[in-house]
This record gives sequence, C-alpha cells and structure tokens, in this order.
Amino acid sequence: MIKRSLLIAMALLAGGMAVADEEGGIALQSAGTDIKNTESLQRGARDFMNYCSGCHSLKYLRYNRMAVDLEIPESELAANLMFTGDKSFDTINSAMPKDSEVWFGKQPPDLSLIARARGTDYLYSYMKGFYVDKTRPWGVNNLYLPSAAMPDVLAQLHGLQKPVFKNMPDEQGSARMVLVGVESMTPGAMKPEEYDQFVRDIVNFLDYAGEPVKDKRQSMGVFVILFLLVFFVFAYLLKKEYWKDVH
Amino acid sequence: MAAAPETAGSSKGGGLIGWIDQRFPLTKLWKDQVSEYYAPKNFNFWYYFGSLALLILVNQLVTGIFLTMNYKPSSAEAFSSVEYIMRDVDWGWLIRYLHSTGASAFFIVVYLHMFRALLYGSHRKPRELLWIFGCLIFLLLMAEGFMGYVLPWGNMSYWGAQVIVSLFGSLPVVGQSLVEWIRGDYYIADATLNRFFALHVAALPLALIFLVIAHLMALHEVGSNNPDGIEIHDHKGADGHPLDGIPFHPYYTVKDLVGVAGFLVIFCAVIFFAPTFGGLFLESPNFEPANALQTPPHIAPVWYFTPFYAMLRAVPSFAGTQVWGVLVMGASIVVLFFVPWLDRSPVKSIRYRGPIYKVMLTIFVLSFISLGLCGLKPPSGIYPTLAKICTVLYFAFFLLMPWYTKFDSVKPVPERVTGHD
Repeated sequence: MIKRSLLIAMALLAGGMAVADEEGGIALQSAGTDIKNTESLQRGARDFMNYCSGCHSLKYLRYNRMAVDLEIPESELAANLMFTGDKSFDTINSAMPKDSEVWFGKQPPDLSLIARARGTDYLYSYMKGFYVDKTRPWGVNNLYLPSAAMPDVLAQLHGLQKPVFKNMPDEQGSARMVLVGVESMTPGAMKPEEYDQFVRDIVNFLDYAGEPVKDKRQSMGVFVILFLLVFFVFAYLLKKEYWKDVH
Repeated sequence: MAAAPETAGSSKGGGLIGWIDQRFPLTKLWKDQVSEYYAPKNFNFWYYFGSLALLILVNQLVTGIFLTMNYKPSSAEAFSSVEYIMRDVDWGWLIRYLHSTGASAFFIVVYLHMFRALLYGSHRKPRELLWIFGCLIFLLLMAEGFMGYVLPWGNMSYWGAQVIVSLFGSLPVVGQSLVEWIRGDYYIADATLNRFFALHVAALPLALIFLVIAHLMALHEVGSNNPDGIEIHDHKGADGHPLDGIPFHPYYTVKDLVGVAGFLVIFCAVIFFAPTFGGLFLESPNFEPANALQTPPHIAPVWYFTPFYAMLRAVPSFAGTQVWGVLVMGASIVVLFFVPWLDRSPVKSIRYRGPIYKVMLTIFVLSFISLGLCGLKPPSGIYPTLAKICTVLYFAFFLLMPWYTKFDSVKPVPERVTGHD
C-alpha cells in the first residue's frame, strides 16, 4: 500500500513536470537514418516491438502493412512481432492500460507520427540523452527533454550516464553551471556504437511508421518529374511551332 | 407540327455542335471567350500566373471532393480520418498532398499575379473592377486557407484557430459575443470544426467560383493589359481585330501549357520530395492531435498569413486595448482595394515610370517578404523592430502613392507594343 501511494505520488510529480521544453538549446545529434535500408527497418520493427510497444502504441500502423512494406514474412510477423490475439490487419496497440496516466503523470504517447512531429534527429538524440538525476521520480532526466516523464527503459543496454556541467558565468561574472552534455558512468550490455545503431534502427522504423508511403512516394517522384520534364520540352516545342507566325 | 426553325440555324453548322448551337451558344461562347478573344502578343513571364491560379483552383476543387469522401468533420475523428486518408485510402496520400501543397501554391501564384498588376498597372482604368474582384478573391482565399488549416485538427490547427478567432474579441463592445458566434461554443470545439468544414467545402468555394467567373468576365470585357501598359484596341486592322493582339486559342493556350508544365515540375517536386516543405506547408506540431491543454512551443500561422500576422503583432496595445493591431491588419488588406485610385501616374507600366515608383515597389516587396519572415519567428531579437519598420513601409507604399506617382518622372509611351517572347 505504501509502495503504491509512493508510486502515485511520484507519478503525479512527473505529471506536473511532464511539460516539454523543446528549445533546450542543446544541438541535436544527426540520426543518419535511411528509410530505403530495409534491414535497418526490420531490426527497428523488432526492437520497437520488444522494447517500446509495451507502453507506446502505433495506432495508425497496421501489422500487415508493415509486413508488406518491410518485407517481413506473414509467419514471422505472427510469431515474433504481434501481440497475442491481434489480427494481422489490426493496428499496433500497446499493452498499456488506460489509467497509466497514474503511473507516469501522462499516458505514454502514441508514436505513429512522432517522427513527423519532432523529427528523427530529436528522437535519436532523445534516446541517447538520459542521465542520472536523483531529483526526478524515475531517477533519470533527459538532456533534450528536461523533466521527461519517461523512465530510462533502455538503461540496461547503454549503461548509466551522468550529466556534464560547464561553468558559464552570467553577465555579472558569477559562476553558473550549465548542462552541456552527458558522459558514460557505467557500461551497458551494448557497446556505444552498437547502441547508436540500435537507436538509429528504431528511429528509422519510427520515420517509416510516420509515413509508410514515404519511400514509395520518393521513388515514384523521380519518374513523375522525368515525365514532366519531357512534357515540358514537347509543350515548349509546340508553343514555338504555333508562335512562328506571330511577328 | 411545324418544322424546326431551320432559318435560325442557317448560319450555324450541322451535326451535334450545330444541334447544340441552335439551343445554346456553345460555339459563340468558345469564339467570344477563347478562339477569338484577342490578347496582346507581348505577354511575358508574369502573365503565366493567372492561368496557373485557375489550374490550382481546379486542383483544389477536385482533390477537395475526394478528401471530403473520407474526412470526418468531428473533433473526435478528424485527426484520425486524415491519417486514414494518408495510409489506408488508395492514393489518399497523393490526394492530400496535392491539396495541402496546392493551398500554398495558390498563395504563391496569387501573390505573383498581384505583383504583376502592380508592375504593369493592370488595376488602372478601365480595369478597376477587375482588380476589385481580384482583391475579393484574395480575401476569400485567405478565409478558405484559414478554415482549411483547421480541418486536420492538429495541435497547430487548434491553436492557430484559437489565436485568429480571438482577434475578433478585441473589437470593442461586440467583440466577445462575436467570438462566441464564430466559434459556436465557448472555446474552439466540435461546433467550430463543423461550421468551418461547411464553409470550407461549400460556401467559400461557391463564392470563389462565382468571383473567378466575374473576374474573367470583367477581363474579357475590357481586354487584357500587357507589359507596355497600353491598349491594343486602339489600333485595329482592317478585319477589326487589334493589330497587336492574337487569339487566346491557340496562341496562349499552347503558351500557358508551357507555364503549366514548368509549374508542375516544381509543384510535383514539392509533393513527392518535400510535402511538408520543411514545416512551412505542413507545420510539425500539426502531426500531433489538437490538445486544448498544451500549446505548441511556438504558434505561427501558415507562411502565407505571416506578413499580416507580423503587422498584427507589430502594433503595440494602446489605451488598454489590442484592437489597433487587428485594425492595422484589416487595413493592410482593405488598402489593396483602393490601389486603382491611389495610383496617379500618367502611365501604367513600370517600363515607362520613373525611378521613384521602382524604388517604392522594391521597398514594398522587400518589406512584405521581411514581414513574412518576422511573422514566422518568435517576437524576440531584431524581429519586433523589423516588423514595425516594415509595417510602416508597407503602408507608405500605398498611402503615399498619390504623391510619388504624380511627381515621378515618366518616359514616353510607345504607340504599339514592343516585341514578344
């Protein structure tokens, strides 16, 4: 009982501080994702389902659409990626109950459009930006989303990070410690490069989930533009022919 | 039963067209408006934007119809229905991007079309009414664009609507009741979305089509202006047609086709490779559903409203009310209607005007673009000052026009048009 009320109190605190401050002033890291890299998308889908989908839904993405676009066989989809009981034409919902707001201070957001709303660089930086902060309910804070409501669920993979402060005196010359970055405190199960790739794959997958047609749209666009350029030439020649007799 | 009145149709051809012509002026309309509508032969680059605006209007109407088939105008379903269109409707993504990019393209083309009028004096007598119809179209287009932006029910839709609708609240006495009347509720809500949908898909497009027809009728009544700003109808040949005129069809239909092709290359490049256009055409916060409890980090209207939004913000509150900014913003549109009478130059085209008009027009364009930039940025740093200066310059261009156009030097205007592309 005590444990539960403590949890609720913590969650309420998190809720009060869940307000995002996007313009934190720290430069984002480049995600370097590529939606044409199907293998990366497949890994991203797998990792998303394993690590993220417990709390975060993708309520606008259907399993079978994902399987077709990411070239995942239907059998593998059902065996490894889908929640038990879901149909392949269902959208990807999370296991999170509706009252999870009580746990975290806010409902873990649906991530269908997060890449479009925040950008891939932000997501990549965010997942690398957790640092130990004993003042926060979950013991962690985030460099790119101060007072983030989300616990550092990936800590086991990347290890713990501590904040790096730099003394940047204010106009009056008095010392002022400013948060400028994070550095590794304890190693995780993954090497830093491995974790970077892990995050990149998930962000790549979220970029895909934000607009499943993106890859097709761009490849199609090349042909549309080529056709229009040819059409332009013919239209121009037609105009020239007609205008020969205008003096 | 008497025979069909063959005599009435004797001058008309046979076949299906002849049959129609005896009952409806099909061939006559085609001839009067297209194949025997004589336009000056010296149209240049700036004359593509009228036909392009018409093309985009058709694009918006057609894609709009298809969007309506799957869109749900309710606060509970609107956002999801847009994603449904983007993901589950066959070619829905293309239809939506055609529509959303078309909205921005419409404003680009219309701004260039209006700039053309300022370049060559296309608003001057006898084309004042033509210009006024155009200004009304622009005004309706702004309403159409604003209401259309609310429909996806993203967070920027919501807060944009909140900010813009609240503007009316600053009007004295009637303000608050007016805002409630517009919203249909005490806040931006389902009722607001419903009525904006009705206005966006029925009332405003109808009015737009009507005004576009009036705009074209007025144009074909007085004839097109041209880069030399002289009347081609003053010099007619033995056949009664202007010596410097050529039939719209086929000459300008094929020429406008080149313009259409060029436009489509750019338009499709945006649609297929940058449909959000870096957050300008579709703003990032609009990919999050409307949330009455959380404002986007920075509320900015879509780019085509930002010059006017910057003017609104540039005016400080005075005597305890913000209404002055709203009035200035309104005046910035209203003043457009008076341009034909503010311009006192003896010549129409910039080609034969003196340096003052050229300088003033340049300053005007720069200040308009700067205002657009100011409206996009948060009001900090140099932007508030820049916006104030540019607001003054914007109005100076119009309000000082009666004087500087009168005193400006002019060059002799030729009798006949000079050359063509």
